[in-house]
Order: sequence, then C-alpha cells, then structure tokens
Amino acid sequence: MVNLFIEFWHLTDPNVVWVLSGAILLGSSTGVLGSFLFFRKRSLIGDALAHAALPGVMSAFILFQTRDPFVILGGAIVSCFIGFFFIDYMVKHTKIKEDSALAIVLSLFFAIGIFELTYIQKLDIADKSGLDKILFGQAAALVQSDVIILGIAALLSLTIVVLFYDRLRLITLDRQFAQSLGINVPFYELLLTFAIVLSVVIGLQIFGVVLMAAALLFPVAAGRYWSDSLPCILMLCALFGAISGAASANISYLAPQMPTGPWMVVTLSLIFFISMCFAPNRGALMRYLRTTRNRNKTHDENLLRTFYVICERLSSYHESLAPEQVLSVRNMGTNALRKSIKRLLKHGMIERDNTLYRLTEKGLNEAEKITRYHRLWELYLTNRANIPAQMVHDSAENVEHVLTPELEHRISDELGTPVQDPHGRVIPSSDPFVGGIRS
Amino acid sequence: MTHELWILAIACLMGISCALVGALMVLRKMAMIGDALSHTVLLGLVLAFMITGSRSITVMFMGAILVGLITVFLTDFLNRMGKLQKDASIGIVFTFLFAVAVILISVYTGEIDIDQDHLLYGEIAFAPFDTIEWNGRDIGPRAFWMLLLVAIANLVFITVGYRYLQAIAFNASLAAALGMTVNLIHYALMTMVSLTTVSSFEAVGAILVVAMLVIPANTAYLISKSMYSMIILSVLFAIAASISGYYLAVWADASISAAIAMMAGFIFILVLVFFSPDSLLHRIKQSRPIQCP
Repeated sequence: MVNLFIEFWHLTDPNVVWVLSGAILLGSSTGVLGSFLFFRKRSLIGDALAHAALPGVMSAFILFQTRDPFVILGGAIVSCFIGFFFIDYMVKHTKIKEDSALAIVLSLFFAIGIFELTYIQKLDIADKSGLDKILFGQAAALVQSDVIILGIAALLSLTIVVLFYDRLRLITLDRQFAQSLGINVPFYELLLTFAIVLSVVIGLQIFGVVLMAAALLFPVAAGRYWSDSLPCILMLCALFGAISGAASANISYLAPQMPTGPWMVVTLSLIFFISMCFAPNRGALMRYLRTTRNRNKTHDENLLRTFYVICERLSSYHESLAPEQVLSVRNMGTNALRKSIKRLLKHGMIERDNTLYRLTEKGLNEAEKITRYHRLWELYLTNRANIPAQMVHDSAENVEHVLTPELEHRISDELGTPVQDPHGRVIPSSDPFVGGIRS
Repeated sequence: MTHELWILAIACLMGISCALVGALMVLRKMAMIGDALSHTVLLGLVLAFMITGSRSITVMFMGAILVGLITVFLTDFLNRMGKLQKDASIGIVFTFLFAVAVILISVYTGEIDIDQDHLLYGEIAFAPFDTIEWNGRDIGPRAFWMLLLVAIANLVFITVGYRYLQAIAFNASLAAALGMTVNLIHYALMTMVSLTTVSSFEAVGAILVVAMLVIPANTAYLISKSMYSMIILSVLFAIAASISGYYLAVWADASISAAIAMMAGFIFILVLVFFSPDSLLHRIKQSRPIQCP
C-alpha cells in the first residue's frame, strides 16, 4: 500500500500523470462552477442535472454502440439540458414547487437511465462492460484520450467563467440589478447553465452520477467560511476541488476496485469540517470564542457598575461588599458572579478583604467610565429622542458596553457637558482618579 | 401465490406506502428531504447490520429511524449553527452519509449482503425468493410483510394525525398558534418516511424510492383541490404505475423498479400535458378567440 502510494507520487507512470492532471482539472472546474449555483441558492440543481445526464449517456451508447467520449459527452449534455428546461418549465408554468420539480427530474431521468442500463446489459454488444462505473465514478479508468477531451471541456467551462466573470457575478449576486443595467440576462444565464452542464457531465467520470452534487457543493460551502469576496472564494473552490480530485485519483490508483466518488466526498467533508470549525471570522470555533468573550466582558462591566452604584449610595467608594449585596441589587446567576469576581481579581479591578471585596483604584476608574456611559446615554435618550426617563434604563444597559471614548465625547459635547442624569444622579466626570484624588 | 403475483403485490404495496407519505412531503415542500432520507437510510441499514450481524426487520427499522432522524437533525444543525443555506446543508449531509455507507459496503464486500448497484436500483425480481418463516411454515417474501406493515402503519399515522398533518402542511405557524407541537409532528413524519424508505429499499433501491415518493404525489397535486383527494389520487397513480411498470419491464427485459418509476413519470407527463388546469392543452384552448355566432 505504502509502496503504491510512493509510486503514485513519483509520477513515473505516464498514465498516472494523465489521470492526476485530469482529476485536478475536473475537480477545480466543478468546484468553481458549483459556487455559482450555491450563490443563486440553487445548490441541489446540480444533483438533478447529474442524474439527468445518465439517460443521455445510455441512449448515446444504444444509438451509436460506441464508447467514444465525444458521443457520450454529447448525449449527456443533451439530456442534461432537457432535464434543466423541464425543471424550468415546471417551476414557471405549473403549480409544482421547485423542490418537487428537482426531485421529479432527478428520479425520473435516473430511472430511465437505469432502465436503459439494465436493457444494455442483456444486449449482445461488445464494449458494454464498465458502463455502470459512471454511477459511482472510477478515476483510474481514464485513458489519455479521455483525459485530453475532458480536460479541454473543463478548460472551456473555466474559460467561460474567466471571460464573462463580471456579467456572471452580477447575474448571480443580484439578478434584478443586472437586468436594470441592460445586461442580456437570459443569454448569460444560458451560458452559465451551459458551463455548469459541461462541468457536471465531464465530472461524472471521476465523481459518479450519485455523488456529483457533492463535488459542486462542498468546495464552495467550505470556501465561504474563509472569505467574503467572490474572487477569493472561487480560488478556494478551485483549490479544494483540485485537492479532492487528486485524492480520488490517488485512491483509485491504490484500490482500483473501489469507487472513487465516495472517497472524494469523504476528502471534501474533511476540508468542509475543518473550514466550518476553524476558519477565522466565520468558523464555528472563532464565533463561539467571540461570543464568550463578549458575554464575559458584559458580566464584568455589569459587576463593576453594580459595585459603583452600591458604593455611591454609601458615599464611600472603597467600601468592602459581600457578593450577596451585589446580588440584592443586580439579578445575576451565582455561577456567573463567581467567575466574574475571579476574572476581576485577576485583572486587579477589585481586591479581597477577608470574605468581602472592594474596588481598587483601577477598578473604580473603570466602573466610573461605564457608569458615565450608562448615564450619558440615558440623558441623551431623554433629551434628544424624547423617551420618558423611566424607559431609558434598558437601552442604556446594552449601549454602555459598546460606547467608545470618542462617541462619549461627542455625546457629552452635544449635551453641553452635563452633570446630572435624568434620574437626578451625578454623571461621573471623565477625568481619572489618581491616588484617591480626582486629578 | 405465483412469483409474478408476489412481485406485483410487493410493487403495489411499495407504491401505496410511498405515495401516502409522499403526498405530505410534497405539500410541506420537502421533496428534496425525501431524496436525502432515501440515500441516508442506507447508512442505517449498513451500520445496523455491521453492529448486530442480523438482518431482522426490527434491527433494520431501528437503524433507519436513527439515521433518518440524524439526517434531519444534522441538516437543521448546519443550517442554524453553520449558517449555511437550507438546500446546501441538505446536499452536504446526505452526500456525506451516503458516501460513508458506500465505502463501508465496498470495504466489507462479501460480509455485507448488499450490492453497490442494487442499492441504487434494487432487484425486485429476486424479492420473492427471500422468504420468512412463521411457526415453521413458509409464509411468503420478507419484503411483502415488511411493506404491508409499513403501509398499514402509514395509513394509521395519516388517519389518526390527519388534522395535525393538514395544519402543518398548509400553515405551520397557524398550527403552532393552535397549540400543536409542530416539531413533534415534523419528526414523526420524518420517521415514517425513513421507515417507508428502508422497507422499499431492498426491493427498489434508493433513487426509485424518491420517484415513488415524489412523482405520484405531484401528479395528484396537479389535479386535486383537497388534501384528501390528493392522497387518494396519489395512491391510485402509484398502483397504476406499479402494475403497468411491471409489464413494461417484462416486455423489455429490463429493471422492474426502473420501469415502474418510468411509468410513474409517464403518467405525470400525461396529466401535466392533458389534464391539469395549467396544462398546455388548456392554455391553448383558452387562448382561442371567442367566436360570436
């Protein structure tokens, strides 16, 4: 096994080079074209189109009795288009819903294909064996002449994307805007459909009818986690598609009796899973960390402000307080409170006094800042938005955590450096304490 | 009973049970979830067989229900937590689970009694040979009893839950407002679909289950005005497709299940073109100018 693996990557066998380059090219073209379906929210149409190709392949074989790639490709393209227009007709002109239309075409065309396949198997035609490999794909079965034709078709579909990139992007992301600009939308849609059909049809050889949807869908779903810009996502799609193509070619070489499609899907799932969890910004892990950090910050700031408010009532800012006192003023889970106290102790915002806690100088400054934000915002809402004073508290609870010093200055200037909030309490000054004395 | 009658009985029962739940799936706009489930129950089948080593009906049903629910759950999970479009998450979940199942089958060929090709289009012609015994007597094909069980279960499910199913099929928010637990009904329906799929699986394979779930139901959808008539009509269309499909296959000497699905499609196109209110024929009639005498 290991020897075969090394042998494969030494690329000494010319056939390996052909299969590998073909697989990489096909993988990247399906990945790129699939992303256009994804962004038009029609991901599953790829599944229907792949199934719709089957009767074309079989009919072409019955009619011409040859495995010539041109004939097979032609048949597949024709039946793909018939399937596509049938879906389109049903959605536009009958009350059949889109998902039903997809499922009808998918199952009906596939049934016709299987019917023909089983019919062929009982006929007496030479060269009929291996026709069923198209169901699950078989990369190793590619020969040089196949690879050249498939490669040209893959390049053609990629060229269409590159040449008409601007138009295709427009009609994909905002169809109505494209229409209003006077772009010939039906023409470019047809062109895009042609490119998609082409890449679906040529991908069948490696990925198989049944799992073609995955080859179209996984690269873009994974790429979407990494970036927000279309060119970047398309590059990633090409890369992921190429990786999966190479992996399936490799597996097909190691275990020729294995279908390649499923292995390609497993490779792609791995890429997808990694992207979903670990991608920066949109990945699940990073999103989880970000929400946790925000929640902790909110808890800490709430706690500091509660300390401040209690101390303010006692007119002594370095009073030691018990956690129960905090809970009597602010509704907070005991667990959240304990963790928050631990974090504030670590950051030197509060200090321990036997079983009690009191604000440090640093903590007092921070607490003053948040209280100032809170009360400034309350005042701003009552003065400028005419909201009754008893209703501004909840909004201020949220805004106090997101205000910046810059915004604070502008609000303060706008209100003429106020000193009292709508409830008659003092708005703390923005100057920090130093050594217990306001500077 | 003769071989031919058994096959016809199995095909009809399969058509009936698929059409019953299929009508509900189509009304809920979940045809593609039916497609996804019909692929993923294979994994349930394979795993159940690998773990227990038995092919008893209970084990298979358990595996199918479990994997069916996992599919629906994972789809929702990707949709909500992964922030992925609904149809993209369906595509990702079912291709992945199906690929895993196919790999397991091809790695353990010989140990698992399922053929790669047959899982796609089944082999109903051999179903009558796979019989089961009851009290030492041969009582007929396994597939027949399984499908009979599921057809009855589906019938009971729909009769008992008719009002609930109707409410969530047409207006899920109204159903929620009326105090129905929409999620429970949803998962119950998914369970029934998984059961139907797995019992039809061995006879007709994955894709043709989708055909029988979706095509008769949509044919009925074209011409019916109430959910009741839609369910009845889809069952009738499914039976018609099963019987005519069988004879087509015998005539052409090809796969029976593929022929049944083709006949279902043929009936669909017939109704679409000639009988439905928005058919081509009706529109041509209407576009004719009114002639004054």
